[in-house]
Amino acid sequence: MERQPVYLDYSATTPVDPRVAEKMIPYLTQLFGNPASRSHAYGWDAEKAVDTAREQVAALVNCDPKELVWTSGATESNNLAIKGAANFYGPAKGKHMITVKTEHKAVLDTVRELERQGFSATYLSPMENGLVNLDELKAAIRPDTVLVSVMLVNNEIGVIQDVVAIGNLCREKGIIFHVDAAQATGKVDIDLAKLPVDLMSFSAHKTYGPKGIGALYVSRKPRVRLEAQMHGGGHERGFRSGTLPVHQIVGMGEAFRIAKEEMAEENARIRALRDRLWAGLSGIEEAYLNGDLEQRVPHNLNVSFNFVEGESLMMAVKDLAVSSGSACTSASLEPSYVLKAIGREDELAHSSIRFSVGRYTTEQDIDFAINLIKSKVGILRDLSPLWDMFKAGIDLSTVSWVHGTESHREAETAAAH
Amino acid sequence: MAYSDKVLDHYENPRNVGSFDQEDQDVGTGMVGAPACGDVMKLQIKVSDDGVIEDAKFKTYGCGSAIASSSLVTEMLKGKTLDQALDIKNTHIAEELALPPVKIHCSVLAEDAIRAAITDYRSKNETETAGYDACKPAA
Ligand SMILES: Cc1ncc(COP(=O)(O)O)c(C=O)c1O
Repeated sequence: MERQPVYLDYSATTPVDPRVAEKMIPYLTQLFGNPASRSHAYGWDAEKAVDTAREQVAALVNCDPKELVWTSGATESNNLAIKGAANFYGPAKGKHMITVKTEHKAVLDTVRELERQGFSATYLSPMENGLVNLDELKAAIRPDTVLVSVMLVNNEIGVIQDVVAIGNLCREKGIIFHVDAAQATGKVDIDLAKLPVDLMSFSAHKTYGPKGIGALYVSRKPRVRLEAQMHGGGHERGFRSGTLPVHQIVGMGEAFRIAKEEMAEENARIRALRDRLWAGLSGIEEAYLNGDLEQRVPHNLNVSFNFVEGESLMMAVKDLAVSSGSACTSASLEPSYVLKAIGREDELAHSSIRFSVGRYTTEQDIDFAINLIKSKVGILRDLSPLWDMFKAGIDLSTVSWVHGTESHREAETAAAH
Repeated sequence: MAYSDKVLDHYENPRNVGSFDQEDQDVGTGMVGAPACGDVMKLQIKVSDDGVIEDAKFKTYGCGSAIASSSLVTEMLKGKTLDQALDIKNTHIAEELALPPVKIHCSVLAEDAIRAAITDYRSKNETETAGYDACKPAA
């Protein structure tokens, strides 16, 4: 059997913790009831399990369990929060929204959709370290600004936004504040009793729970209202209809319970692994860290390796499961929009790797990754004419590059002589 | 992205990686592409007195298909005259490597690199010849 690549992509998704899977299984087979069934024990047992899970999720983020709405994940939570609040408050307050260029697509595309429906939006450029500039946010606020959406932790570069300062600003101006916290649970402390946040999105599968389940926090004090996006049986107090997936919910509850219990210890261990990784990689010449190192979750590292091309780098490191800064699924190689938004030029954005360490990462995994990256970057640079030029002291930005078609034309004219 | 076995072979064991001295009279250098586009190929040929490509070397910044295209081209060039080399078309390269449609541009770039290297060699040697020929009676 071929060896599985070493998994360093915990920000993409995590395995379900075996303790979580064990808790879920009975709710697929014996305890299969519909929590909306009020007339028999199957329903009551299911309802109890859902209540317990709601308390477990609430406990991790310190809110009232009644403030949580189950969804299918952070994508749906973001849609419900942004469309729901914009549609509810827009007509009275105004039709302007503010978000950030480095948000997840689940926020950006939702805002885009609202723009098509007549809203307008400001997309803030973060500072070079990935953080929102509060003065720019302040300047972007208009009398008709109805909603601000800023993520707590960025999925690519792991930076933690100052949601306290942003939230206070929004409270002052009577603006609804939504926070996508999909990448934050179990990584940073979240205390919703204190945070000036109205809506917060969660996902289970980034925190060792199952995929396809999430939650939206909807503040009760101050009371925030939403227009439902999914209509039907009026589940979840009318915010989100649909029969509750009890096994998934139980899984999310247990995953978040474990996170609360173990996160302090786990994050110390994971931070040490991440720092070991950076200690190894930062020794490579022309390797650049993307995003602030201090204001950052403990498990994320995002590094660009200059003078190697992104796709060949990914090909070279196929023994590692990591994410690349360039999406090469389409014909045109698109560099990461997050890295571009923090001002990285295309070449560096292309040749970036996101490493995300997790619960089952070992020191051996980290050392394997360091050695592999060092050797492969070395090999690719030996192949790279750009590396030669750099080493010869040539400033690549001063070179006039001959594009394919141009050289073709030159060749043809030369041949015609 | 699924790569063909041929691309993987050239990517993992690239042939003729390296450089000749760009200043040498018998060397032609072609550098095509741009870093911002994700590929830069440097192809060099060493040409014998009777106009045959004796050796070829490359360095490429680019995806696996770009590396494989330039590696393959160095193999194809050896032993060819300059005119025969100019007959190498991107379609030959793409076919040989079974490049998927989104990677055809890599083979186009490789063809461009051949032309650029030959142009460079010829322009270097033409001026030189012109100098000597000045003493000869016009043909
Ligand atoms: C910041 C952020 N928001 C939203 C999502 C989407 O979450 P889900 O997969 O639960 O829909 C993700 C994960 O891909 C994410 O990282």
